[in-house]
Amino acid sequence: MRFMFKTDYEDDIKLFPHGGYIVTYGVLLAFLVVAPFILSSYLVSQLVFVFIYATVGVGLMILTGFTGQASLGHAAFLAIGAYTAAYLQQYNVPFPVYFLAAGLLTGVVGAMVGFPALRLQGIYLVIATISFAFIIEEILARWESVTHGNEGMRVKALQFLGTAVSRDSPSFYFLCLAVLTLTIVGTLNLLRSPTGRAFVAIRDSETAARSMGVNVSLYKVKSFAISAAITGFAGVLFAHKLSFISPEMFTLQLSIEFIIVILIGGAFSPHGAVLGAIFIVMIDPFLTYLKDDVPGMIAAVAATFGAGAATAAKIQANVAAFASANGLKGAIYGIIIVLFVLFEPLGLYGRWLKIKLFFQLFPLYKRATFKRQKIYVKSERNR
Amino acid sequence: MLDFVQQLVSGIALGCVYGLIALGFVLVYKATEVVNFAQGDLMMLGGFFAFTFIGILGLNYWIGFAGAVVAMALFGMLAERVVVRPILGYPQFSIIMATIGLGYFLRSIAGIIWGTDDLKIETPFSQGVLRIGSLVLAYDKLSVIAATVILCAMLYLFFNRTTLGTAMRASSENMLAAYYMGIPVKRVVSIVWAISAAVATAAGVLLAPITFIHSNVGLVLGLKAFPAAVLGGFGSIPGAVVGGVLIGVIESMAGFYLPQGWKDVAPYVVLLMVLLLKPEGLFGHHARKKV
Amino acid sequence: MSYFRAENLSLHFGGLKAVDAVSFAVEKGEILSIIGPNGAGKSSIFNLVSRIYNPTSGRIFFEDQDITEEPAFGIAKLGIARTFQNIELFENATLLSNLLVGRHRHSTTQLWQELLFLPSVKANEKIHRRRVEQVIEFLDLEPYRDKLISGLPYGVRKVIELARALCTEPKLILLDEPSSGLNVEETDDMSFWIRDLKTELGITVLMVEHDMTLVNRVSDRVIALNYGKVLAMGSPAEVQRHPDVVAAYLGA
Repeated sequence: MRFMFKTDYEDDIKLFPHGGYIVTYGVLLAFLVVAPFILSSYLVSQLVFVFIYATVGVGLMILTGFTGQASLGHAAFLAIGAYTAAYLQQYNVPFPVYFLAAGLLTGVVGAMVGFPALRLQGIYLVIATISFAFIIEEILARWESVTHGNEGMRVKALQFLGTAVSRDSPSFYFLCLAVLTLTIVGTLNLLRSPTGRAFVAIRDSETAARSMGVNVSLYKVKSFAISAAITGFAGVLFAHKLSFISPEMFTLQLSIEFIIVILIGGAFSPHGAVLGAIFIVMIDPFLTYLKDDVPGMIAAVAATFGAGAATAAKIQANVAAFASANGLKGAIYGIIIVLFVLFEPLGLYGRWLKIKLFFQLFPLYKRATFKRQKIYVKSERNR
Repeated sequence: MLDFVQQLVSGIALGCVYGLIALGFVLVYKATEVVNFAQGDLMMLGGFFAFTFIGILGLNYWIGFAGAVVAMALFGMLAERVVVRPILGYPQFSIIMATIGLGYFLRSIAGIIWGTDDLKIETPFSQGVLRIGSLVLAYDKLSVIAATVILCAMLYLFFNRTTLGTAMRASSENMLAAYYMGIPVKRVVSIVWAISAAVATAAGVLLAPITFIHSNVGLVLGLKAFPAAVLGGFGSIPGAVVGGVLIGVIESMAGFYLPQGWKDVAPYVVLLMVLLLKPEGLFGHHARKKV
Repeated sequence: MSYFRAENLSLHFGGLKAVDAVSFAVEKGEILSIIGPNGAGKSSIFNLVSRIYNPTSGRIFFEDQDITEEPAFGIAKLGIARTFQNIELFENATLLSNLLVGRHRHSTTQLWQELLFLPSVKANEKIHRRRVEQVIEFLDLEPYRDKLISGLPYGVRKVIELARALCTEPKLILLDEPSSGLNVEETDDMSFWIRDLKTELGITVLMVEHDMTLVNRVSDRVIALNYGKVLAMGSPAEVQRHPDVVAAYLGA
C-alpha cells in the first residue's frame, strides 16, 4: 500500500496524484501514438470508433453520472452535430469552423432541452429526452431541403489546410484521439473546479445544493449544454468516419448504446467511458468471430472427444445457426445490461478499483466498502 | 363528419391498446416505484404465446387466450424474481436499465424462437363489422375498447377495494414499514408483476387482429404507451387509460388531418407540452422532499 | 433596526396554518433558539427563511434588505447558511468535496477558465482548500477528510452538516436541530461549538432545538412556538416559566 504524504494543497488538486500515474498514462499514450503505424487498418478503424464512442460517453457522463440527469436522447445530439457538419461542408466551410459550429449549435440545443428539463425528474426526464430524440429524428427525416430526408447525406473527406484527410488515415485517427483526450482533460478540470462540484451536489441533493448557494437551474442547463456540445463534436467525427449519415442511424437504439457505454464502463470516471466504448465497439467483431470461427472450434473439440464426423458436422451447423441468428446481438446486450445492473453497478472501472483496493488492503478488505444504499421509502427518493 | 367519427373510433381503439400497456406500467409503478421498460415486450411475448396456443397447437381461441394469460403471469413473476427483486430500492435509473436489458433479451429471444415474420391470430372478432347508419365499425376495434373498459374497472376495484390492493399501495409508500406491519412485500411485488404481465398479454392478444405480431411490436407500442402513462400521471389507473386514449386519438387525428410525418411525432409533441406545463401529468401528484 | 427580522410570516397548506403571523427579530451576534412541541412550525420557519417554501404572507429582512423574493441560492450568497435536521449531505462524495461545495458562493471563476484550469482557478482552489482545512480543524474532522459520506456514522455527519454550513463563511447560521440523534458526549461537543460560533467566529445563530439542556446552555434568547404561533419570547428561564409554554408541553 502506498502512503501519500501531502505537503501542499496542490497535492489534492493535481490530475496525477503520484509518479506512477504519469508512467502508466505515458505508456498508454505512447502506444496510442504508434498504434496506427503498427496495428492493422481494421483495428485502427475500430480504435477510431472507440474514441468517438468514448467522447460521447464522457459527455453523457457529465450529465448522467455527475449531475444525475438521465438522458436517453443523446443520439439526437450526435445527429445534430453530424448533420451540421454535413450541411456546412456542402458550402465549403473550412473544417475548424464547422467543427466548432457543430459543437456550439448542439450545445445551444442542449441548453434548450435543459430548460424544460429543470422541472422534470427521474422517469419523467427519461421520457422527455426520449420524446425529444424522436422529434429530432422525425425532423431529420422530413426536412428534406436541408437533410435530404431518408436518402441521407454523403460526407466528404475532411479538408484541412488544403489537404484531404481520409477517414482511414492516421491523421484522422490522431484527430479523434486528440478530441477524446481534450474532452477527458477538460472534464477532469471541471471536476476539480466549483462547477464540477456543483454538478455532483445537484446529483446528491438539490435542496442542500441550493442552500449552499448553487443556482441549481443554471448548473443543470450548463450540464446539459456541455454534455450536448461534447456529443456534437463527436457527431462531426462520427459523420466523417462513416462518410454517410441518415436519420435511421440516430435512433433510440443508439442512445441506449451510449447509456450502455457508461453503464458497463462505470459512470463516475472517464476511465469508465473508455472501457465501455471498447466493449460496445468490440461486440460486432466478437459476433463475427462467434459466427465464423467458434462453430468450427467447437466441432473440433467435439471430434477430439470422440464424436463422429457426422455428429461434429451437425454440432458445427447448429452452433453456426445459433451464432448467426438475427437477434443475438440484442440478447447479448440484454444479458450484459442486466448482469451489470445486478452485480456490478459501478461498471468495469469500479470492479478494477475494487480489485486494486482488495490487494492494497489485503487481508483487511471489507466487502461492505462499496455497498450501495437501498432506499425503500417513496418520499426519500425525491431530491 | 363521418370521417371524423371513424378516425375517432379507431383512435380510441388504438388508444385502448396503449392504455392497456400503460396500465401495466402503472400497476408496477404503483406497487414498487419501478418503471418497467419491458412492458411492451411482455405484451409481445404474450401475443406469441397466444399464437403458439391458438395458431400452432390449434386450441380454441378462448382457451388459448386464457392459457397465454396464465403462462405470462407466471413469466412475469419469474422476470420479477430474477431481474427486479435483487435491485429493489436501488436508484430508479438502475432499475430502468435492468428492464431495458430485459426488453432487449425478450425481443431477441422471441425473434430467434418465432422468427421475424409477421404472425396473425385468427380471432372471433377478426371479421365482421357493426353498422350504425352509414358508420362502419369493425368488431376487432370494438372488442379492444370493451375489454379495456372491463379490465380497467376490475383493476380499479381490485386496487381500491381489496386487502391485497391496499397492501400494494402500502408497500409502494414505504416498503420497510409495510414489511414490518406484516405485509408479505415480496409476494405482493410478485403478484403485481404477474397481474401486469397478464394485462399486457390481454393487450397483445386483443391487438393481434389490428396489427400483426412480430418481435418488435412491443418496442414500438411500448414507446407509445409511455406518453400515455405519463399523461395519466404515472400512478393512476384511470389516468393510464385516459392518457392512452388521448394518445391514440391524437395519433389517429394527426395521421388523418396533418401532413405526413406528424402521425408518429404528434404524441411526443403533446407529451412534451404537457410535461412543460404540468410536470406531474394530468392526474399525478407533485411530490417533494421534506427537509 | 434588527439584524434579521421576520414580519407577520405565515405559511398555510390548504386549511392548515403551519406558521401563523409569526414576527421575531435576531440581533447581531446573539444565539436565538426556537423551541416548541412537534408540529409547532419550527422547521417550517427555517424552510421559509432559507426560501425552500414560499410564505403565504409576511416579509423577511436581513441586514435591512428585503429577502422575501430572493431565490434559495441567493440566500446563501447573502451569507445565510443552514443545516438540515435529517441530514442532506452529498452522499456519494468525500467529506472534502462536500465542504468545498460550501465554498461555492465564494467562487468567481468562469466555466471556460475551469475547463482549462487556468492559474487563476488554481489560485482560487488553494484559497478554498485553506478555508476548508481551517473548518476541518475547528470541528476535529481530520480523520474523515477523504472518506465518502455514505460510510460515515450519524454523529459525524451531523458535525459535517455544521462544517459545510461554516465553509460558506456565513454571517447568520440556521441550525435545524443540531443535537437530534446525538449521544450525550456528542451533544456536549456540539454545545461548545455553537458557543464558539458566536464568541470566536462572530456568527449570529438561529437554532431550532428540542434538547432543553443545550438550549439553556447556549441561548441568549428563546422563542416558544405552538400551532404556528409565538407563545413566549425572552431569556431561556423566562420562557420556560411562562404558563402558556408549560401548558403546551405538559398538555395542561
